[in-house]
Amino acid sequence: MSKNKVIIMKVCFTAKGTTLDSPMEERFGRAPYFIIVESGNGSFEAIKNPYADGGGGIGPKAAQVLIANSVKTLVSGQVGGNAQEVLAAAGIAIYTYRSGGTVQDALDQFTKNTPARSG
Amino acid sequence: MEGQTMKIAVASGKGGTGKSMVAANLAFTLSRTEPVTLVDCDVEEPNLHLFFPAPVISTEVTVPIPVVDDTRCQHCGLCGEFCQYGALTVLPDRVLFFSELCHSCGGCMLVCPNDAIHEEPKRIGTLSASVPQPGLKLISGTLDTGSPHAVPVIRAAKKHAARDQLVIIDTAPGTSCPVVEALDGCDACILVTESTPFGLHDLQLAVDVATRLGVPAGIVINRSDGKDQETLRFCIDHDLEVIMTIPFDREIAAIQSRGDILCRVRPEWQKDFFALFLKCSTLAGVER
Repeated sequence: MSKNKVIIMKVCFTAKGTTLDSPMEERFGRAPYFIIVESGNGSFEAIKNPYADGGGGIGPKAAQVLIANSVKTLVSGQVGGNAQEVLAAAGIAIYTYRSGGTVQDALDQFTKNTPARSG
Repeated sequence: MEGQTMKIAVASGKGGTGKSMVAANLAFTLSRTEPVTLVDCDVEEPNLHLFFPAPVISTEVTVPIPVVDDTRCQHCGLCGEFCQYGALTVLPDRVLFFSELCHSCGGCMLVCPNDAIHEEPKRIGTLSASVPQPGLKLISGTLDTGSPHAVPVIRAAKKHAARDQLVIIDTAPGTSCPVVEALDGCDACILVTESTPFGLHDLQLAVDVATRLGVPAGIVINRSDGKDQETLRFCIDHDLEVIMTIPFDREIAAIQSRGDILCRVRPEWQKDFFALFLKCSTLAGVER
């Protein structure tokens, strides 16, 4: 996948709430919700992250939620080492968004292809 | 000794109150009359060997970790679902294993329907055993740098001394898993504190842990400046006995900081540490 020609089906945003108006959550594994947007038609669904309040080892577990939901791209603030390894092995691209806006803001930026690819 | 064994733990909530000083002097004093095993269970920063330099025999401490046989694995995902620590992630074509997240529970091996998982040992630390002076055996557990799980090293150190008659266990500071593991199963516990607000606050936490584990505890006030009223009041309120008070003293600090032992330099202290031992025996309900 090159930077300019990204084939996306489902893009996951880490969020503090369940709607596109919700603020983005900078942490990946401890994000309360994963908002999964289908590129093309713009429909989305919010999935509660069952590991948001977990003890340890939640990064790989949260990554498995994305894999199970056929996510191909993740937009988040900070992804830990273990989670990165799982996401890379599953072929999920990681883009960094740290501008403190809402999911819609991050989506707009992502659509314009501006967030930095980090993994 | 009438064949009765006893394990005494030395703990404290707050760090730097003098656990190792008390443990070293207690072991030094007792070893003159009977065989003693001193176990350093502060495996992230063991320090008793500094007081008792001697040649050591080292052995490795290992924990079992799962190894997946790719020829048998069907990537069904059951092991990954079972693992509560996120150590196993199953992808359609491979299994990812994060050894630092693994707690060596063996559950993945049990749930695998294809017998694709077996266990292999992984080194996480060492045990060092020495006899620095007649009658004294020292066992030090050391956790390898970068290894996250101290508990198996502590367990191994305690097991090494399991058959010994009289065992003194120096624990890590705090009240977390390493301290619980070191205290568990001990007959009595010395809680070393200092008469500062932090010392008292953390002593309260340590008393709570000892109580929940059912280990009878006695209090040692170290570096006492004579203004111990708050600590004494806490002890009265909680029915705890102050079994020793060590004054704030420049000479004691100097002896300690050059790695020497108070009871060797000032033999008159031996009777105080022997009295401490007798009080521990009473706490433990052991007839001496």
